[in-house]
Amino acid sequence: MRELALHVLDIAENSVEAGATQVQITVEENTRDDRLKIVVEDNGRGMDEQLLARVTDPFVTTRTTRKVGLGIPLLKAAAEACNGSLWITSAPGQGTRLEAEFQRSHIDRMPLGDLAGTLFTLVIAYPNVHWILRYRIDHAEFIFDDEPIKKELQDIPLTEPFVLAFIREYLQRGISNVQEALASPELAHT
Amino acid sequence: MPVVKSLEDLKRLKEEALAKRMARTTTGRAQITVAMGTCGIAAGARDTMKAILEVIEQENLTGVVVTQTGCIGLCEWEPIVQVVVGDEPKVTYGKVSPERARQIMREHVQGGRVVSEFLVPG
Ligand code: FES
Repeated sequence: MRELALHVLDIAENSVEAGATQVQITVEENTRDDRLKIVVEDNGRGMDEQLLARVTDPFVTTRTTRKVGLGIPLLKAAAEACNGSLWITSAPGQGTRLEAEFQRSHIDRMPLGDLAGTLFTLVIAYPNVHWILRYRIDHAEFIFDDEPIKKELQDIPLTEPFVLAFIREYLQRGISNVQEALASPELAHT
Repeated sequence: MPVVKSLEDLKRLKEEALAKRMARTTTGRAQITVAMGTCGIAAGARDTMKAILEVIEQENLTGVVVTQTGCIGLCEWEPIVQVVVGDEPKVTYGKVSPERARQIMREHVQGGRVVSEFLVPG
């Protein structure tokens, strides 16, 4: 993967495969502590200890379990290469919480990439899942929750052109506002 | 800091859209599925998907449903896109770059002609 946002997409796909109806994605950058944290929490069917051990270890991953077996070790390796780590908490029936942390300034840290594009494709392609994004750099924060949008639209499909334009712009604008706040610190405290 | 587009905007857009095309509401004219297994994503499936959505937006295509699916077991052909137009059988395209996706949208989804050179054999 060339972007953290692609890892986010891949992990979120696991949540969908696990039958989640709600997925909350958090990306948090902290410039003072020099950390970047990604959290994906879902209410899917969860995993027992055996499966948990298997999905984090690339070497016991067989071709048939590849669906959920390749992406997590990749993200884990990326985090560990940047003074970070990856944790998963899960239990059958309890959903899954995955957290990956990086040293933000680490030379090998992948760029965040197109986070708006990742959320955009998830929201559109899985309309029955409730998606929440929380993106934060220090004090600047953007929260995207697709529920009010879907409520407003009722039966209109998300793939209608005007809906696509709305959601795409909403995400792009919200995310770049947070990034601009970092560039001009005096705005970050408002 | 500019204000993010609000739900009020969405309401207004919805009213406009409803007024304009109340008559021809969606009947699932075409269904497009993008495979998003790990290697699909690594091969660029997200940007393929974005290109498809862009065409829908730009060309103002209504009634096209776009979904994702997990791994379909054809790593070497990723990114993979499946297209169903009307009642016709499902067509599977391989190595669908954003450019190929735009061509498939134009020729197959809009024009009704399968783009045979991008088909996954078999
Ligand atoms: S992830 Fe490789 S074929 Fe599906």
